[in-house]
Amino acid sequence: MSTATDTLHHDEHDDHHHHIPTGIKRWLFTTNHKDIGSLYLWFSFIMFLTGGAMAMVIRAELFQPGLQIVDPNFFNQMTTVHGLIMVFGAVMPAFTGLANWLIPMMIGAPDMALPRMNNWSFWILPFAFLILLSSLFLEGGGPAFGWTFYAPLSTTYSSDSTALFVFSVHIMGISSIMGAINVVVTIWNMRAPGMTWMKMPMFVWTWLITAFLLIAVMPVLAGVVTMVLTDKYFGTSFFNAAGGGDPVMFQHIFWFFGHPEVYIMILPAFGIISHIIPTFARKKLFGYASMVYATASIALLSFIVWAHHMFTTGMPVAAEMFFMFATMLISVPTGVKVFNWVATMWRGSMTFEIPMLFAIAFVVLFTIGGLSGLMLAITPVDFQYHDTYFVVAHFHYVLVTGAVFSIMAAAYYWLPKWTGVMYDNTLAKWHFWASLVSVNVLFFPMHFVGLAGMPRRIPDYALQFADFNKWISIGGFAFGLSQLIFLALLIKACRKQGEPATDQVWDGAEGLEWEIPSPAPYHTFDTPPVIK
Amino acid sequence: MSEQYNESPNKKLVIKLVAIVFGMFTFGFALVPLYDVFCDITGINGKTNETAIVYEAIDIDKDRLITVEFITKTTTGMPWAFEARTERIQVHPGELNTVEFYVRNPAFRDIVGQAIPSVSPGTAAIYLNKTECFCFNNQPLPSGEEAVMPMQFYVDPQIPEELTTFTVQYTLYDVTAAAEKVAAAQAEVSE
Repeated sequence: MSTATDTLHHDEHDDHHHHIPTGIKRWLFTTNHKDIGSLYLWFSFIMFLTGGAMAMVIRAELFQPGLQIVDPNFFNQMTTVHGLIMVFGAVMPAFTGLANWLIPMMIGAPDMALPRMNNWSFWILPFAFLILLSSLFLEGGGPAFGWTFYAPLSTTYSSDSTALFVFSVHIMGISSIMGAINVVVTIWNMRAPGMTWMKMPMFVWTWLITAFLLIAVMPVLAGVVTMVLTDKYFGTSFFNAAGGGDPVMFQHIFWFFGHPEVYIMILPAFGIISHIIPTFARKKLFGYASMVYATASIALLSFIVWAHHMFTTGMPVAAEMFFMFATMLISVPTGVKVFNWVATMWRGSMTFEIPMLFAIAFVVLFTIGGLSGLMLAITPVDFQYHDTYFVVAHFHYVLVTGAVFSIMAAAYYWLPKWTGVMYDNTLAKWHFWASLVSVNVLFFPMHFVGLAGMPRRIPDYALQFADFNKWISIGGFAFGLSQLIFLALLIKACRKQGEPATDQVWDGAEGLEWEIPSPAPYHTFDTPPVIK
Repeated sequence: MSEQYNESPNKKLVIKLVAIVFGMFTFGFALVPLYDVFCDITGINGKTNETAIVYEAIDIDKDRLITVEFITKTTTGMPWAFEARTERIQVHPGELNTVEFYVRNPAFRDIVGQAIPSVSPGTAAIYLNKTECFCFNNQPLPSGEEAVMPMQFYVDPQIPEELTTFTVQYTLYDVTAAAEKVAAAQAEVSE
């Protein structure tokens, strides 16, 4: 099957279909972008439930003031591993899974550019998380220093299992970097003839920019965990003042990775929402070009705002002012996006199917998270908000009702294309409304307890926060249970129980992925389509 | 199937992207010296000179008085008593002054201490010139003994008008384990 001429494509096509292995081997050895996409998505969902279970432990402990269920060291391990799993195990692999499934179908390519590396970048992930989770069962416990692993908490005061944490982060980083390289090469070289840069679907654009962010900052994360490793085990003094190092430098290097990381977790979400809203408003996306430029500006600005996480470290006023204004500048391109989505809906013939409900919830709730972010950007008031539940409320609004809601919206939107059947609409409605109500009961009161001074990452609190915390915990349990409805719905859809879906699935849907049959055949676009 | 796309542009792009990955990994480590250089130039980190500065006769600015405060701190696990004999001193810029610090080791073991200075506000750090300081070296102290450690400094007359007061904090660390390693290594070399 080595030829560049079109005439032989037919034989090549037949050749593939004889060699699909079955059973476990199909999944272990697969190089098919759809299989790997499904693996990533299921892995991410399992991690979402695992990290969610840890959140349940946190909320159970915080249901009442005082220490009742877990001891403080275990509580700290729960907050740490919950954060690590949700960031690196749930949100990022879910986006990589969506990229695997969708990018080749959207640009008219037969597969990802580097299919074998694709297989490897997925299959090292379960080992990374196995290592991380196993460290919880070792003597002295797992990582308990927060997902940001600030030195000296992660160097001088951490448990002996810190090396396992470091290696698992290394493996997660290698996996993301390989995934990102694959995405860039695929988009760069494998677009169908006629698909120029400014004709690319928004999800492809946002992922291309995200991939560049990943390639730029994941190596810095790898570097900083390596420094933590050598400081702890090999006597170096990168972050140890007694040896001439500087613990504040840890925060600079970490947040140089950490802030672009925030946009890694939200840019693909912007892409997803830019597909769903036009479909259900039955209008073209308003301001496509401005969406592209806004995404690129957010990515560039993300490199010069990192120290807004560090206003209380004693920076000079001039530096605080710079980082404050640079941070506020990001709200301009983000505002462009929000207004473009609203303008797309304006006078559209809107219908409210489940993906659209999630997308609208995303626009409203992500904007709330963005506004609390603006409040945190104001240096003088940040001294009050820093390390309180206000910060927790802020980043859960942008990550749960932002990133996670967009992933759920994407799952509902493309599920009929993946499985060939419509999802169970009753379950979907229950899932959406239960999630929407509970997520706000869960995270909105956190703003109030945070403003009143409740610190984050503490297993106990002052009595005046008791009532709000009870409500927050009830919201948390309800949100956790609601995700089991989603699990039931996904299992049902994957067993192909439901109405058969048409090729286009949604009447307003546009794009190459809606022109192929539902469910999408194992191999698509062996012959590239021509884009007019 | 990949042959239908020419493989070589893929390879070229992958090589470039992998080069970026390695470049950024190196950049992460390059941030360490860059951070020190940046702090040195701007003087915003409160770090002072790490080796002695030679005092040369300079004009003493008799019209101005700068208040220099000294505070001390020991880190967790460092049992020494550590205090500044002079907590506050008023000096003319350019004038050489000496202050003393007292330490006592109440532990039942010999300990090597290392003091790390930090100036607040950080912008004053580059105007503090130490000609002699116990912080330049490790300070060994046998169990139960005490010592008085001197520190000699002058304030650079270039110090801006608005800086009238600054604080020098010394943080004391127990570096016995690290010092023993160094001593063992040196013994090996001399043999």
